[in-house]
Amino acid sequence: MGILEIKGINKRFGGLQALGNVNLSVAENTVHAIIGPNGAGKSTLLNVLIGKLIPDSGSVMFDGQSVLGRKPHEINQLGISRVFQTPEIFSDLTVFENVMIPCFAKRDGSFRMHAIESVFAEKGIQQQAEEMLADVNMLEKRHMIASSLSRGDKRRLEMAMCLVQDPKLLLLDEPTAGMARADTENTIQLLKDIRAKRGITMAIIEHDMNVVFSLAERITVLAQGMPLVEDTPENIKGHPKVREAYLGEAQV
Amino acid sequence: MLGLNSRDFKLFVIVVILTLAAPMLLNPFPTESAIGQSFNAGYPALMQRFVIFGILAIGFNILFGLTGYLSFGHAAFLGVGSYAAVWMFKLLSYNVLPAILLSVIVAGLFSVVIGYVSLRRSGIYFSILTLAFAQMSYQLAYSVFTPITNGETGLQVYNDDPQILMSAGDPTVPHLFGLRMNGATEWNIGGWTFIFENGYYLCAILLIASFYLSIRIFRSPFGMMLRAIKSNQTRMSYTGLNIKPYMLAAFVISGMYAGLAGGLLAAMDPLTGAERMFWTASGEIVVMAILGGVGTLIGPVLGAGLIKYLENIVSKINDTILHNWFAFMPDWLDNLLVTIIHPFIGKGWHLTLGLLFMAVVIFLPGGLVQGGQKIGALLRRKKSKDTGETATKPAE
Amino acid sequence: MDAFLLQILNGLDKGAAYALIALGLTLIFGTLGVVNFAHGALFMIGAFCAVTLQRFLGYSFVTVDETQTDFLGNPLKVNTPYVEAWFGPETGAAIQDWSVPLAILLVIPVMFFIGYVMERGLIKHFYKRPHADQILVTFGLAIVIGELIKSIYGANPIQTPAPQMFIGTLDFGVMLGFDPGAVAYPMWRLVYFFFSLIIIGAVFAFLQFTTFGMVVRAGMADRETVGLLGIDIDKRFTLMFGMAAAVAGLAGVMYTPILSPHYNIGMDFLVLSFVVVVVGGMGSLPGAVLAGFMLGILQSFASMNEVKALIPGIDQIIIYLVAIIILLTRPRGLMGRKGVMEE
Repeated sequence: MGILEIKGINKRFGGLQALGNVNLSVAENTVHAIIGPNGAGKSTLLNVLIGKLIPDSGSVMFDGQSVLGRKPHEINQLGISRVFQTPEIFSDLTVFENVMIPCFAKRDGSFRMHAIESVFAEKGIQQQAEEMLADVNMLEKRHMIASSLSRGDKRRLEMAMCLVQDPKLLLLDEPTAGMARADTENTIQLLKDIRAKRGITMAIIEHDMNVVFSLAERITVLAQGMPLVEDTPENIKGHPKVREAYLGEAQV
Repeated sequence: MLGLNSRDFKLFVIVVILTLAAPMLLNPFPTESAIGQSFNAGYPALMQRFVIFGILAIGFNILFGLTGYLSFGHAAFLGVGSYAAVWMFKLLSYNVLPAILLSVIVAGLFSVVIGYVSLRRSGIYFSILTLAFAQMSYQLAYSVFTPITNGETGLQVYNDDPQILMSAGDPTVPHLFGLRMNGATEWNIGGWTFIFENGYYLCAILLIASFYLSIRIFRSPFGMMLRAIKSNQTRMSYTGLNIKPYMLAAFVISGMYAGLAGGLLAAMDPLTGAERMFWTASGEIVVMAILGGVGTLIGPVLGAGLIKYLENIVSKINDTILHNWFAFMPDWLDNLLVTIIHPFIGKGWHLTLGLLFMAVVIFLPGGLVQGGQKIGALLRRKKSKDTGETATKPAE
Repeated sequence: MDAFLLQILNGLDKGAAYALIALGLTLIFGTLGVVNFAHGALFMIGAFCAVTLQRFLGYSFVTVDETQTDFLGNPLKVNTPYVEAWFGPETGAAIQDWSVPLAILLVIPVMFFIGYVMERGLIKHFYKRPHADQILVTFGLAIVIGELIKSIYGANPIQTPAPQMFIGTLDFGVMLGFDPGAVAYPMWRLVYFFFSLIIIGAVFAFLQFTTFGMVVRAGMADRETVGLLGIDIDKRFTLMFGMAAAVAGLAGVMYTPILSPHYNIGMDFLVLSFVVVVVGGMGSLPGAVLAGFMLGILQSFASMNEVKALIPGIDQIIIYLVAIIILLTRPRGLMGRKGVMEE
C-alpha cells in the first residue's frame, strides 16, 4: 500500500481520452517519476492530483484520504508540498520570511488570527526556519528580498519552503523545465542531497529523461493517457515500448 | 518596549508626541497675524479632521498596503459608522461611548457582507465591486433607507427623539460621561492662542491606539501573511494557507477603522448625510494613502494630514488674498497669475486634489515616505562616495 | 402587454448608452490591458461638445432696430445670432435647432484627438505598471476632467434640446394595435437607439472586416504572438484608443437631449458601465453590448410603479444586485473567456 494511491482514473475532454484507466501507487520513502512524451497526459494527471480537475471516474487517495476536488491549501495540509516549474516564492518578502510562512502554516493550520503577537517573538518558528536555511546553504542570504536572488537560489528557496513543512510527499512538476544545463545539474544535485539527508518521498512529473534517470527509484511511463510500463530505471532504459513511445521525440 | 522593536517604538513615540502637542505645534505663527490666519492649522475643527482621517487612512492601509487589494468603496463604511453613531445619540443619549462602539460594530458587520461578496474576485474586479457597492449604499441612503438616513436632509438629533438614557442635567452636545466634546482650555501666550479641546484629545487618543494596533498588525504573523497574499497567491495556497479568511479579516479590520472614523466624525458634530459615502470620498481616502506612502506605517497618516491641511488652505484662498500676495508684481502679471490660479482655489479644491493625485501616482508611486527615503539614500550614497567607501553588493 | 413593451422601449436608450461605453471600456481593456476609469469622463466630454456647439451657434451680435421700441420707449435692441446673419434667418435657425446632431461632426475629431493625446501622453507610461496604478491615475484624470468641466460650465445641468422635429412622442402602440397613447415613445430616444445600433454595428464591422480590426482582435486574444509577427501593434492600439474615445463621445453627444449634461454624469455612467462590463464578461465585446441592453431594460422594469410597490428602491439597486448574482454564480460574466483577467 503506497502513500499515494491512484486507482482507475479516467478523464475525457470532449472526444479526447486524456487519461484512460490510470493506476499508480507511490510507495513511501521512494522517488517515483512519472514520465512520458508531450501530450501523454502528465499535466492532466498532475491537475487531478492537486484537486484542480475532477476525473470522470476513479479515486486518488493520499495517506488514506481522498484528495479529489480539494483546494490547494487542504491538499498541502494533508502533507503534500508542491514544487513548481518556475519557482513560486514570495518575491517581495525576505528569504527568512519566505521560510517562516510555511512553518506557521504547518503549526497553525490554514488560518489563524495571530494579529497581535510579533513575528519575532516566535522563537520556535525562527529556529526552525534558520535551521532549514542553513541546510540549503542560504542562511547568510536570509535578509535579502527574494526577488533579488539568482535563479538557482530561488529554486533552492522554494525547496526549502516545501521541506521545512516536513511533507509526507514532495510533488515536483518538471523542476528543471527551461533551465540551462548547469542549473539542471545543480537542481538534480540538490534533490539528491535532500533525498539522502531526509529520506523524503517524492513524486516527479518530468519530461527530461536525464533528470529522471539520475533521481528516480521507480518510473512510470505514460503514453496517450495510459500507463505504459512501471519499473526501475535500469529496466525502463532498454524497454522497447518506451523507445517506441519516445521515438522521434528524444534519443535516449 | 510595548512589544515593539526599537525603531517602531521610536516612531510610535514621535507620533504620540506630535499628536498630543499638535495644538501648539500646528500654530507656528501668531494667531492674529495674516500669515497665521492663512497657514495655522492648530484649531480644533481642523485638527479633528487630521486625526479622524488619519485613523481612516491607517485602516485603509491595512487593506491596500498589506494585501494590495484596492478598495474604492471605503467611504461606505465611514458613512455607515456616522449613521450608527447619530442613531445612538437619537435613541440613547449624547454620550459618545456607545455611539463610537456601535459605529465600529455596524461598520464591521457591513464590511463582512460587502467583503464576503467582493473578495470572491481580486484585482480590478475587486476594485469595481467595492466601488459599485459604495455607490449602491449611497443611492440607497438617498432613497429607500430614508426612514433610517433621513435622505437628503441628513440625519440629526431632534428634540422629540427618545434619548432614553438622557437625564435632566446632561449636556445637549456630545460628551463622554459629562465631559463635553466641544469643551476646551485656552492658553494665551504672547500673540499665540492655543486651544486644547476635549473632542480633539478623544480623537487623538483613539488615533494613537489605532496607530499602535496597526504597528502590531504589521509586525505580526497575520500581517506577514497579508503581505504574502500580495506577493504570491499561488504559493500562499500551496503552502497550506487559506487566503479567503485572511483577506476577509483584513477587509473587516479595515472597515472597522473606517467605522471608527465615521463614528468620531459624528461625535464631533452630531449630524451626517449620504454624501459621506460618495465615490469622491472613497477616492479621497485612496489619495491620502497613496500620497503618504502605501504600505508604510506612518505614510497614510501623513497623507491624511497633508490632504486635509491643503484642502483647508486651498479652499480658504480667494482672489483677494491672491491679489494681496502678488501686490508687489506689475498689475498685468498679478492679474494673469490670479486668472491662472483661480480655477484651482476656493471651490476648485477638487481640481487641485485630482491633479495632485495624478502627480503622485505618476511621479512618486511610493508616496512621500518613499520619496524621503530615496532622498535619504541619495545623500548617504554621496557621503559614502566622499569617504571612498564603495559598498556595492553583488547584484544577484 | 403594452406596459411591458413600453418598459422594454424605455430601457433601450439607457441600455444603448451603457453598451456604447462598455464597448469602449472592453476594447481598451482587451487590447491595451488598461482599466480606464476616465472612460466615463470621455462620455461626458462628448456631451459637453454638444453644449459647446450649442453655445457657439448661439453667439449673437446686437443691432438696434429703430422701427421698433421696447417697453421703455427706447429703440429695440435685437440679438441676431451670427449664424443667422451668415446663412440667412431660416437656415441659421435650422442650424441652431440641429446643434446636437451637428455636434457629431465636432465630436469625432475632438474625441479622437483627446483619446490620442491621452494614450500617448499618459496611458502609454502605465502599460507595465500594476493595474492598481492604472486605475488610480485614470481615476485622478476623471476627477480633473470633471472639475475642469465644472469650472468652465458650472455645476448645474445644461439643457440641450433635440431638434424640433424630434421633440414629442411617437405613438408606437397604435401601429401594433394597442390603444392610442398606451405605448407612446419619445422620438429622440428612438433616434438614440437606432444611432447606437449603427455605431455598434460599425464598430463590429470594422473589427470584423478590416485588416486593422483583425489585428486588434488578434491582439485581444494574444498580444505577444501578434507582436512577434512584426506588426507594430502599439501604433494600432493608439488609434484604437482614439476610436474607443470617439465611441464614448458619440454616446455622450447624442444622449444630451435625454439627460442634461453636468460635470458628474461621467462618473455616474462609468460605475454602471463597469458593472455592465463585469456582467458581460471582461474582454468580451458581444458580452458588453448584450449586458448593456439587458441591464438597461431591467432597470426600466424595476422603475415601474408596480415593481417599486413590491420591492421599494429596487430601481436604484437592480443593476448592482444583478452584478452580484452574476459574479457569485458565473464569476467570468455572461460571455467572459477563461484566462482574461484571472490573476
